[in-house]
This record gives sequence, structure tokens and C-alpha cells, in this order.
Amino acid sequence: MATAAAHETDRTAAYGTDDGATDAYERAFDAAVAADERIEPRDWMPDAYRATLVRQIAQHAHSEIIGMQPEANWITRAPSLRRKAILMAKVQDEAGHGLYLYSAAETLGTSREELLDKLHSGRQKYSSIFNYPTLTWADVGAIGWLVDGAAITNQVPLCRCSYGPYARAMVRICKEESFHQRQGYELLLALSRGTPEQHAMAQDAVDRWWWPSLMMFGPPDDESQHSAQSMAWKIKRHSNDELRQRFVDICVPQAESLGLTLPDPDLRWNEERGHHDFGPIDWTEFWEVLKGNGPCNEQRITQRRQAHDEGAWVREAAAAHAAKRAARGPLTTETTGATRA
Amino acid sequence: MTTTVPTTAALALGDDALVLSHRLGEWAGRAPVLEEEVALANIALDLLGQARVLLSLAGDEDELAYLREERAFRNLQLVEQPNGDFAHTIARQLFFSTYQHLLYARLAAGDGPFAPLAAKAVKEVAYHRDHAEQWTVRLGDGTEVSHERMQRACAALWRYTGEMFQPVEGLDVEGEKLRADWLESVGDVLRRATLTLPEGPQSGAWTAGAGRQGLHTEPFGRMLAEMQHLHRSHPGATW
Repeated sequence: MATAAAHETDRTAAYGTDDGATDAYERAFDAAVAADERIEPRDWMPDAYRATLVRQIAQHAHSEIIGMQPEANWITRAPSLRRKAILMAKVQDEAGHGLYLYSAAETLGTSREELLDKLHSGRQKYSSIFNYPTLTWADVGAIGWLVDGAAITNQVPLCRCSYGPYARAMVRICKEESFHQRQGYELLLALSRGTPEQHAMAQDAVDRWWWPSLMMFGPPDDESQHSAQSMAWKIKRHSNDELRQRFVDICVPQAESLGLTLPDPDLRWNEERGHHDFGPIDWTEFWEVLKGNGPCNEQRITQRRQAHDEGAWVREAAAAHAAKRAARGPLTTETTGATRA
Repeated sequence: MTTTVPTTAALALGDDALVLSHRLGEWAGRAPVLEEEVALANIALDLLGQARVLLSLAGDEDELAYLREERAFRNLQLVEQPNGDFAHTIARQLFFSTYQHLLYARLAAGDGPFAPLAAKAVKEVAYHRDHAEQWTVRLGDGTEVSHERMQRACAALWRYTGEMFQPVEGLDVEGEKLRADWLESVGDVLRRATLTLPEGPQSGAWTAGAGRQGLHTEPFGRMLAEMQHLHRSHPGATW
């Protein structure tokens, strides 16, 4: 809970022209953040804080639903029924994460429809990692191990984010993501220990996904546009470079256990730093993919728009039916079909 | 309690669940609304779970799913029909889940080899049926466009429904009674949806019981090619 001052204010007053009152709200907000208290939807918050959260939560929600595509690409070709069930459940979880996150954004006064419109028109982004293609079955494992692994490294600190609804959504999401990460690892392990062809498939996938996964933490700290303010607001708790280093340190021993090589000749333990050193990241590639020039940018957004447009008549029908129901008044078994022998 | 499992029946029911689950899995990332991404995947997962139990009663689940030729599959032609638009998917769901619910309720009430599976599955299938019925009513009694699409979908799939009531070796179910109950239920849902019961025959010369005998429709071969390709490309590999 935030401080009494932040909670008990009459919000309408905060929107008035009384600068003295606004200052008081701002001080209460700052104090709540400083004391590591949660900001809740009805609390006063600076416009820029609200806008930053909407941008970040929306981008996260969009990443969940766009992220369904590269994995759904393999549902119909999964090589065993057990793997098929795991993959379907995972893609379903992602849709569920999308639902929690759009709901968290709604607590800030932005509708899902509005956010989807911004995604479809390119005014909001999703994680660039999903602009890479899944070319073989092993890519499903590499996404689980590396992409979900990087996502967890980013997201675990968000469970302590200053905005309550986002922090709570993240607790649930992180639990499910850690399942996905272990399932991805286990999938790669089976391939790595399988036939020579399967092993090669696993290595090829790790070769292609390693560097894009490191880019998931965002640009280096000195080039990161939004970082400083987000850290001050405790939306973000660690810098991009800190989290990237943490991820590399986690992955190196895991790659060894998998019997797979990470594609970086400069990767080695640095005794003095107590961390692994790693080679330079190709930031040109990062910015190019971000600008829309990745291998799948066009394909992903086209499929999303197409699903949305083709579903318009279904959503319209549901709304029309709900309106008819409401107009008919109280429900009867005639309209609900609630009886069942 | 019967101890021997009738393989023909296990394959028929297992293949129905396997094939419909696969078709529903094709919706992932393409559903009209996020809630339906979750719902369709959920139904697909239930069906896949049932398929795995049923196929395992008849042999090795992966060998049966991935290494049989088209003519060896025993599923209804209804479940292999392509997704089409959302109305086609819902019509397929309505027709199949009503059948499956009525069938599993009968099997669960008996003491045959499928009773334990049916007892668990009947609860899942009740949700599938509810989902399909609700959407049929929404689409039928929604807008003019949705009404027309839903009516067309019911008509297009109607010819594949007669096969559900053909006798299956090893399934102790009275086909005519099943058909009567099914018609009554589906008829009631369509009426509430302001739709009419299709006038066409429930089975044609080709479709009368054909899937259960291993005769399928053109889209099925393509579906299997996609489903089996990776597994067949690595003979003997484990995944």
C-alpha cells in the first residue's frame, strides 16, 4: 500500500489548476516510491509515469501475442504427441499473459482495442526477438531456453515494480515462464543427446538465437533512452548491461551441460570481475531489426492484422448478440439454454 | 469389467480426438479475439490428452500418430475438415462435441473398457459443448453477416454428421438412440440461434461411415503430410 497521503487524496483536485495541491500529490507519490510502496490504479501519479507504464506494459502484451507466431509455426509439425502438448500449452500460456497484461494496462485508463490499434498501425512496438524466424524444430527449444531465459532475467525484477497491477501480473507470468525455460532446455538436451542430425539441429538453433537473445536486454546503458527515469520511478530495477551480464553468466554453465557451444570466441571467465567477458554485440543489426528491417517484421504484423481483420465480423456478432440479450431483459432458460439433461 | 480393449474402437475415438486437436491447433495466433486463442487451445489440449490415452490403449501413441498411412486412420471425416472461417470451426465443434458428450456420457455410465477415460473426458467435453453452443447462438443471432455465415457452415458440414451414428466394433452404443438425442440437442441450439436445421442428407454415397473405414477426404492427406513430416524425416530418433 502507498502512503496515506497518496491514497487519500481527492483525485479530482489533483487535476485542477492548484499548483500547490499538485505539488503535494507529487511529493506523496515520490515518498511512496522512495519507501518501496506500491502505486495503485486510483492513486495520483505523474502523467509521464502513467505514459511510461502504458508504453512498457503494452509493448510487453504485444510481445506475448506476436510471440505466439514463431512457436505456433511448429505446433502442426511437433515430432511427438508429448512435445505437441507441451508446445500447445506454452502458446496458450502466452495468450493468457497477453490477457493479464492488457488488463494491467486497462487499469491505467487505456483499452485493449486502443493498444491493438497502435500495434497494428506500427505506433507501438513488440520485442524485436520475434522478428527472427523459427526454421527448425530445435528453434522451439532455443526460444524456450534463451529467449524465455532472457525474458525471465528481465522480468523477475519487475515483480517488485512500483506499479501494483503490473508487479502482480509479473509474479504469475514469471512462474509460467520458468516452466517454459526448463521445457526449452529439456527439448534441446534431448536433441543434443540424440542422433548426429538432431545434435546439429540444436547447435544451429543456438548459433542463430544467441546474439539476438543478448540484444533483448536493450541497448547499452549509455545509449538507453528511457532507462534513467524508469530506474528513478522503480519501474525498472537494474540496468540493461547488468541484466545482460547476469544472463550470460547463467547461460555459460547451462550450455556446457547441454553439450552445446555458444557462438562467441571471446566468451571467457574473468576472475577479476567475477563475470564472463563476452564479444561485441552487433548493434547495427539491433537497430535495423527495430526499424522494421528484420527477417520477419512484415510477416508478423501482417499475420496479426489479418487475424484481427478476419475476426472483425465475429467480434461484431458477439457485441450485437449481447446487445439483443440486454434489450430482451432478464434471462430465461429459453435464451440461455441452461437446462441440460 | 471387460479387460480386453477393442482396438478398432480405441483407434476410432483416439483418431477423432487426435485429428480435431490438430485442426484446432492450426488456429494458434489466428483467432478472432484473444479469449478464443485461450479457449481453442484449451479444447485442443483436452482432445490431445484424450487421444494419447486412447491411442496408447491400441499401441504406441507416436507410432500410431506419425507412422500410419492415411487409409489406416479411423477418424470421422467431420473432424478432418479444414477450419474454414470461425463459423465453420464452430459448426464442426457443435456437431462433434454434442456427439462426443452424448457418447462419453453413455460410456462413462457403463462398465466397459472405456468407462474410466470417458468419466474424465465427459467433464471436459461438457465445456467444449457449452463453448460451441454459446458461439452458435451468438453467431446465429448476432448480425446479418454472422447469421448467414453460420447457416452456411452448418449446411456445408451437415453431410459429414451421419457417419457419427454408424456402429463401431467394440462400442456398445445404440446408434439410432444416439442420433435422436443428437438431433434433438443440435436442433434446439440451432433454433435458439435463429438458424434452420439443414435440409440436406446427413450422409452421401461417399461419406456414409467412410472415415471409420479409412476413406478420407482430400484435405486429410495434406494435414497428415504436415503432421508427420518431421517425425518421419528422422527414423528411430527420440524427441
